[in-house]
Amino acid sequence: MSMVMDTKLSRRTLIRTMIGAGGGMLLGFHLPGAVAAVVAPKPWTTLTDGVEINAWLAIDTDGTVTVRVPHSEQGQGALTSVSMMIAEELDVPYKDVQTVFADMNRHVNYGKEYITTSTNGSAVVRRQHPHIMQAGASARERLKAAAAKSWGVDSIDVVAKQGMLSAGKHSAGYAEFVKLAAEITLEEEPQIKTPDQWWLLGNPIPRVDVPVKVNGSAQYSIDTRLDGMIYAAVNCCPVPWGSLIRYDIDAVKGRKGIIAVVELKAIDGKTGDSDMQNGIAVVADTWYHAKTALDLMTIEWDYGPDSNVSNESQAEEAQRLFDVTGEVSNEVGGDTLEIINTSGKVITADYHRPYETHARMEPINATVSVTDERIDVWSPAQDQGLPLRLVADQLQRDPREVYVHTPFIGGAFGGGGGGRTAVTRQAAEISRQVGRPVKVIWTREEDIMQDKQRAPVHTQLTAALGENGLPTALTSRAVWFTRGAARRIGPSTADYSISTMPYLVPNRRHERHNVAAHIPTTTHRGPGANQNGFIIEQFVDEMALAGDWDPLTWRMEMTEGMEPWQRVLQKLKDVSGFTTDLPKGEGMGIAIIEDHRSICGTCATVSVTRRGQLNIEKVIVVINSGYVINPLNAAEQLEGSVCWELSHALYGGLDLKDGRFMNNNFDTYNLMRINQMPEVEVHFALSEDGWWGGMGEPGGPPTPPAVANAIYFATGKRVRSTPINKHDLSWI
Amino acid sequence: MTINLTINSTAYEVDVEPETPLLWVIRDNIGLTGTKFGCGIAECGVCTVHIDGRPVKSCSTTVASAVGREITTIEGLSKDNSHPVQRAWIEHGVPQCGYCHSGQIMSATALLSRSPKPTNSEIDAAMAGNLCRCGTYLRIRKAIHRAAEIVQDSKRS
Repeated sequence: MSMVMDTKLSRRTLIRTMIGAGGGMLLGFHLPGAVAAVVAPKPWTTLTDGVEINAWLAIDTDGTVTVRVPHSEQGQGALTSVSMMIAEELDVPYKDVQTVFADMNRHVNYGKEYITTSTNGSAVVRRQHPHIMQAGASARERLKAAAAKSWGVDSIDVVAKQGMLSAGKHSAGYAEFVKLAAEITLEEEPQIKTPDQWWLLGNPIPRVDVPVKVNGSAQYSIDTRLDGMIYAAVNCCPVPWGSLIRYDIDAVKGRKGIIAVVELKAIDGKTGDSDMQNGIAVVADTWYHAKTALDLMTIEWDYGPDSNVSNESQAEEAQRLFDVTGEVSNEVGGDTLEIINTSGKVITADYHRPYETHARMEPINATVSVTDERIDVWSPAQDQGLPLRLVADQLQRDPREVYVHTPFIGGAFGGGGGGRTAVTRQAAEISRQVGRPVKVIWTREEDIMQDKQRAPVHTQLTAALGENGLPTALTSRAVWFTRGAARRIGPSTADYSISTMPYLVPNRRHERHNVAAHIPTTTHRGPGANQNGFIIEQFVDEMALAGDWDPLTWRMEMTEGMEPWQRVLQKLKDVSGFTTDLPKGEGMGIAIIEDHRSICGTCATVSVTRRGQLNIEKVIVVINSGYVINPLNAAEQLEGSVCWELSHALYGGLDLKDGRFMNNNFDTYNLMRINQMPEVEVHFALSEDGWWGGMGEPGGPPTPPAVANAIYFATGKRVRSTPINKHDLSWI
Repeated sequence: MTINLTINSTAYEVDVEPETPLLWVIRDNIGLTGTKFGCGIAECGVCTVHIDGRPVKSCSTTVASAVGREITTIEGLSKDNSHPVQRAWIEHGVPQCGYCHSGQIMSATALLSRSPKPTNSEIDAAMAGNLCRCGTYLRIRKAIHRAAEIVQDSKRS
């Protein structure tokens, strides 16, 4: 892949670098010059005592700044982004910064100083930057006030720069005044910097967590090892909400290492994300002993009323509901249905995306140690405040006795991990019952079957075209199968990207059916936008081509006057050379979606052999996120999210049959592999006019529809459901 | 039963059943947690280690079959990140969540030892058994080329 900077950004970065060189700063435009901050393999440990100025940072006697990060590091660069934002405002060389994870016990029980500990919604930078930068700015101003007081000068005359305070003949490092600064209350808190004042933000900075991730030292939740710790393997009813009839305990009794068998019980009425399903845990001296014993145990389940549900039965239900009026989620203009009914030219199409699972590479796990004095927890949760509250609730203990040790997280992707599965409660319950620290690890099969899934959707779209070939009216009717969080947040994600489309279609009506299903569902990197992006951005091509419009020109025309969209489309046009005029077997496709406030456009170039073999040659990504604080990390996230959603669109899809998922390991639930990964080229086209978009998710949604649109041009075949690789793409 | 293993040039004596997967012996009995568990069926590669220099999926390799052979885990490459593959991984900022990268690095190291200047298709063939859910594949490819360069450069100087 290549990272191509927007001219505007690179010019600004260059200017900053030149100023930096004159001022003796250590940052350069070239990566080897930008020395990264550090993080320890066990990032929950305190690296240095230092003196705390506020909850976010402490400064050591040698000037080392410790930044405490309340968000999880799941590969999206939270440690780097948060510490960069603090260093920017504090004005310290980034090489003097070290990062640790914030103390959740302190946060949850004593005043919530970090405002939020959630790490989702691509929000750490776009939404949290004001209060994070504020913490750094406040500390800087208090250091200046402390120096002013000691030196007998006005604090306006004190300069804080690169870890040094100075005023006239006076000069000292931050460390000298940190104790005094900690006691100072400012009369007025400073404003955070505007982007034109940045010296660090906006530069390509390597992520701080990389060095500990290339030598095996980074500690993930699953790596927790405690004195006296034992292990549990669990098996819950494969059909969610089913119950346990009987199990053969004699099969495991007396086997080497077996310590206990614990029944896990769902509680009536408790059907939240983290609540228990009915199941069995085998506890042993090693996980291998626990798991092999569990495999030997015959378990009889009552699968309950949902054991006949399948992808096919849901598809039939969706077909039935396509003829039934749904809940209206958004309406624009006049009587859309009437316009369609009386129009001379109408097109309609049915689309479908199936269930997908998070399949983080680190299988779901948790370690809990329960004692009379305190409870210690390691859980791969996106919001580390959640395991603390779940354990306190499960054990009915005072939350002040619960200590969460934030580990590195082996992928999160919106699933919430240990915060939105039952695993943390399971570990707490088992530890309480056996009186020892317990590590619960789910097998990959358990991980896939007991995860909270991405909800499937069936959508029917209909449009009427006017004399100029542009749509005069459009309807969508979506059928979702949801339960749990995705049901609660349904209205915000169910129609996202469709009902919120930017296109100036004068009359629109969007309906949905939110069918309650037994499979628990939740958010999944790019929620709603990924499912709906595939649907609406292909239907846009269908409308454009039916009206004899070029797909790119259509999108430019239909977003006229919308600067953030026009900026992306123009850039996409400039860098991709998009054309529909290619020989059969070759195709280019485009798509553009807003996700987490960023507008992201893609252009895919594909070739398809006559026999139907698809090759994606290149994906060009153009993003408008308003601003970018670290273009290097941004490009990594965009490449990763392209892979994420292409993986599902090309190879994914959970096979729901008899109420449960049949493809529950990587031999049958297929993910993209290195030999299938296309080239990705990232471009920034930033509005820089006051709004901020996210970076962790928006690259995904527009990629599959761009590929599918390209496939159409190559083959004449419109692929309206995924996985794409199950479709016959051969052509004559 | 008592089993003797050599891991990263250190001798270990463990009391496990001979059919125990090497992965769990490395992680739970010996305590080297850099090698990860991912699928248990040799499909994802996060458990990749070397046995006599060859990459194997330790979740599906019995401990008995590793007796008398040299086992290398991620911890055995270098502790100070000085190994050319580790250096290349850092230069290209390859890991995101990082969970799969012990396995990725072990597969890459084995590839470079048998093919010092691998082509893209050789890389794809050698690395196709290692899944990465964060989608860092493009950087893996680049970093392997870079590691090959680092090795070449050090031989020249």
